[in-house]
Amino acid sequence: MPVLQADQLQDRYDVIIVGSGAGGGQTAYALTMEGVKVLVLEAGRSFDPATEVAMFQLPSQAPLRGERTPDKPYGFHDCSIQSGWEIPGEPYTNAHAQPERQFNWWRQRMMGGRTNHWGRISLRNGPYDFKPRQRWGQGFDWPISYDDLAPYYDKVERLIGVFGTNEGIENSPDSSPGVLLPAPKLRVGELYAQKHGRKVGARVVSIHRAVLTKPQDADTLPALLHPDNPGAQQLLAEHMRSRAPCFWATDCHRGCSIRANYDSQTVHLRPALATGNLDILPNAMVSEVTIDASGKATGVLFIDKTTGREGRARGRVVVLAAGSQESVRLLLNSKSNRFPQGLANSSGKVGKYLTDSVSSSLSAHIPAFEGMPVHNEDGAGGPHAYVPWTRHGENRRMGLGFPGGYHLEFTSGRQMPSLGVVSGIDTLAASDSVLFGRRLREEARRFYGSRLGFGAQGTMLPNDQCYAELDPEVKDQWGIPVLRFHWQWSDFELNQVRNQQRHIGELLESLGGRLLKPPADDPLKAIRPGGAVIHEVGGAIMGEAPETSVTNAWSQTWDVKNLFLADGAPFASTADKNPTLTLMALAWRMADHLMAELKRQNL
Amino acid sequence: MSSPSTRISRRESIQWMLAASAVLAGHDAPLTGADPAIAAKGYGPDPSMVKIYQPGDVWPLTLDEAQRDTVRALCDLILPADETSPSASVVGVPDFIDEWISSPYPAQAGDRRTLLDGLKWIEDAARQRFRKPFAELSVAEQTQLCEGIASLKPKPELKKAAAFFKRFRDLTAGGYYTTPEGMKAIGYVGNVPTATFDGPPPEALRHVGLA
Repeated sequence: MPVLQADQLQDRYDVIIVGSGAGGGQTAYALTMEGVKVLVLEAGRSFDPATEVAMFQLPSQAPLRGERTPDKPYGFHDCSIQSGWEIPGEPYTNAHAQPERQFNWWRQRMMGGRTNHWGRISLRNGPYDFKPRQRWGQGFDWPISYDDLAPYYDKVERLIGVFGTNEGIENSPDSSPGVLLPAPKLRVGELYAQKHGRKVGARVVSIHRAVLTKPQDADTLPALLHPDNPGAQQLLAEHMRSRAPCFWATDCHRGCSIRANYDSQTVHLRPALATGNLDILPNAMVSEVTIDASGKATGVLFIDKTTGREGRARGRVVVLAAGSQESVRLLLNSKSNRFPQGLANSSGKVGKYLTDSVSSSLSAHIPAFEGMPVHNEDGAGGPHAYVPWTRHGENRRMGLGFPGGYHLEFTSGRQMPSLGVVSGIDTLAASDSVLFGRRLREEARRFYGSRLGFGAQGTMLPNDQCYAELDPEVKDQWGIPVLRFHWQWSDFELNQVRNQQRHIGELLESLGGRLLKPPADDPLKAIRPGGAVIHEVGGAIMGEAPETSVTNAWSQTWDVKNLFLADGAPFASTADKNPTLTLMALAWRMADHLMAELKRQNL
Repeated sequence: MSSPSTRISRRESIQWMLAASAVLAGHDAPLTGADPAIAAKGYGPDPSMVKIYQPGDVWPLTLDEAQRDTVRALCDLILPADETSPSASVVGVPDFIDEWISSPYPAQAGDRRTLLDGLKWIEDAARQRFRKPFAELSVAEQTQLCEGIASLKPKPELKKAAAFFKRFRDLTAGGYYTTPEGMKAIGYVGNVPTATFDGPPPEALRHVGLA
């Protein structure tokens, strides 16, 4: 009975993992497949993707046509429960009142965490992204290079299944030959942008996403991933055969009951449970990492949310994968005589260097798309293409006024209509009145699917004004002190957003697009607020020295050698790539190191 | 002004609208203040996502019969049946509108005020102009009433009524095109599993000059 209740825990585990999302799932998978006894604690409830995700339900079958509400901030059918930037009973605070200085903190309290509802975009960080100081003279170099992580990118991509193409693009690395699954054909809007975007230097290529476009190679991959481990190979092969490839319908954000896309529970936790080496305790809100007299971690204290009682789990090693800021909060709340500033915080850097993707967007009406012949372009439930950052030459010495770059993601196509499907139709139809009757029908059909937009996601290097600390007064419903955020965009981010707005504007115009609103002159009016993209990382960054960082190159805390981090907290910066794939690669690499150190009796 | 002829000019119609609007402005405040507060609760942070919901399943609908008659007639004026598609009321859009304005969530509170005031406005206008409830008017009469407020640049006196009509139209169209019949009508043909994804058909590529 691997999914437990609080009174069924074993006395002691090899490794306690806090959090069941991408980082916790990857760590639990890597450890249990090699025989390590693991307990995962998850603050949310158990969730069954096979029976609880709404794949085909229509907006008309949900309250309010499935529109967003405070209870379901991404819409009714989005695969997130007990989730949001605001969760009743679980507050956080912001130190500053100005709107542009707010940080918005998404929490996802359910088994599998945020992996249930993400876009499955799986881009590798490039070599420059690990060495921003060398490249742009700003931020901190990570203590690892791309080459250190490349083998783990291959491993994660093979395990979870990622489609895409190798394009040989500077700083947007190729995968090893044979790793990627075939990329789906591009849609009309993506092809159209591929042809016409060249005029303004936008290169449209296949995106990489964690969706199976064909069955996984269960005869070959298990041996590559688990050499010399026949048991693990057999389990993984069975597991891979149980995953169906994409059937080219339904939005991935809804979750996937046929297991075609990646979520932590489906791909990581299911085979991990099958090893018999994994226990999972849902509804367990961890409040503190416990230590012994020698300063080593001994386990965690948690609140059993089903009873309100405090419990304790013991292990030889503790891995925090609660979500970067939740892990920060845990460290800061784990105070003792030995660690009065919180655990692993002798540097004073826990909570520091919080970063997020730098994002803004624009969209346009594309006249060429009006009256498009009716066809189905659901595809792989999300984008098939993107615009990678290719302007490295121009920005070699920050010639553009900001470090790094940004990629562009599409919003386009003949997607399932939502409540706002005719918004702006009167203007599009050049009507001086509000259309109704037969004309409304005609124009709705003519303009449906004719909108195309781009959202930029770009580099953010850490600054001293973006960090989290404990609020001195506010506590959550269980009495656990909450985080207080400090947030301030630097000129780099604002310069980048100015550039994003101009570039997206000229790109859309190169497609003949009529912008729905002009590029913003004031970047603060266009930039998505801190935390809004849900890519926040940092707060326990990895580095070369204990004085300037919280963990070493293995995501192992300098101060407590049997305490590791497996979420976004060790990221020393945000790249122009989405963080999830990198987070998983780091977690697997960390897990290998952890096991080696366990064997050497070093923990 | 007293003749119920349906052949009045557009200019006359607008003039009449302005007069009706001025009458309405006098008892504007009590209308809004009379709304019963929405005391119901939302579906909470952990609703079943797979369940098929009907309007009224989670919170009670609040329109009275007369209001529902007006809503039904307006919905069908905005999206009447055509040769291949049913009208808005046939696919349940009036229920959706009722659900929307009966919502306990704050985002719909403004629409509730706009729609309840607007329904009253249009009902008053129908009775004043044609001495009948809006739902009992001919389509030509209904059209005439609505053309006066279906303006994107309304005169100040008609601003509220025009905002109502625009919002009602948006909700009706959104409610309609999110149903299976509406999706078919607008040209959405997805949400069906297929063995392969073959990319755009040749006619779509030709349409945008890519083939």
